[in-house]
Amino acid sequence: MAYRVIHYINQFFGGIGGEEKADIAPEVRDGVAGPGMGLAKLLGDKAEIVATIICGDNYCVGNQEEVGKFIVDTLKKYNADALIAGPAFNAGRYGMASGFACSAAAAAGYTTLTGMYPENPGVELYKANTYIVPTTDSAAGMGKALPVMAALFAKILSGEKLGTAEAEGYIERGVRINTFYEEVGAERAVAMLLKKIKGEPFTTEYKMPVFDRVTPRPGVKDLSKATIALVTSGGIVPMGNPDHIAASSARNYGGYEIDGVTDLVSGKYQTAHGGYDQTYANQDPDRVLPVDVLRDLEKEGKIGKLYHTFYTTVGNGTAVGNAKKWGEEIGKQLKDNNVQAVILTST
Amino acid sequence: MASIVPISQSVGANRIIPTVAIPHPLGNPTLDEKGEKALRRKLVEKALDALHTDVKEQTVF
Repeated sequence: MAYRVIHYINQFFGGIGGEEKADIAPEVRDGVAGPGMGLAKLLGDKAEIVATIICGDNYCVGNQEEVGKFIVDTLKKYNADALIAGPAFNAGRYGMASGFACSAAAAAGYTTLTGMYPENPGVELYKANTYIVPTTDSAAGMGKALPVMAALFAKILSGEKLGTAEAEGYIERGVRINTFYEEVGAERAVAMLLKKIKGEPFTTEYKMPVFDRVTPRPGVKDLSKATIALVTSGGIVPMGNPDHIAASSARNYGGYEIDGVTDLVSGKYQTAHGGYDQTYANQDPDRVLPVDVLRDLEKEGKIGKLYHTFYTTVGNGTAVGNAKKWGEEIGKQLKDNNVQAVILTST
Repeated sequence: MASIVPISQSVGANRIIPTVAIPHPLGNPTLDEKGEKALRRKLVEKALDALHTDVKEQTVF
């Protein structure tokens, strides 16, 4: 029995139009359209593209809730098993739309796959939620991309066990899978070390997270007019830790108003951090979050204003993915409230 | 503002102010209250200087 597949493409590959049609709402057509023809041929009798969703890139990116619902409804209506999207190459919004389409279908339990250039912003956003096959940066690579996408898609659909991202040819998703080895960890570690000493190639079993880099912002010209916010990973919270921020591997952050607070005094504030001796921070929480000094500087006119809320979490074994997400949320709130600069303190 | 500069560098901070110690980055319990606050003020002023300064790459102040 062939699997039933929905193909998601944008207005351009759907033959509706270019940039001027990027705002069109999603529509469904029976059967294949655009690159779906090539895909259908490659999938052969393993899977059938029963319908194609065509959606404007801007529309998809701007109306995710609606488009996500449309995609899942279409999958149900056609009694489909899976969704394949793109390939999007290096078209940024198409990459985001393809990644989103797969992500929405995957969340509803469908098998999904897309293809795009590794530097497409859609990769970073959606690689954890779907399989993404790396492609060239332009549609000139269509002929190369489709066979790889079709072969991997057929393999995933068949339920065959997949090897590593490297072995299977998709972009690493950051998903860890338990594996059994004949040799215990100590033996493997020594073998790895010996290879390293000999200068031979070796593969780590636990990759370190890759931290992104941000171009430094220009300096704040006039601090006496600037609103400055305090953010900390040192775990300073109001007494009693009202949002139950965990002492390690924190699952949340808190934002606390400090209007009228000129000094973080013992008994009113404390640290929730479980990774260092709390004695000194609990005696005087300003030792971690310098509210007292910033109030003085505010009064003296050296800074414009101390922002009315500080944000805090515990940086102790906290997942990098969570920290990144919270950082983006906090950054957005600060930006929306015209904060010019942030002092981050860390223990 | 952090006590372990290599961590700040590895996670990508652009303006880094080395501080006193992990459990009290902006204080020193061996000083008297006045001395400790003066120390904290000096560090925060350094941070404000850093915020005011244009940098092209990760910089430890």
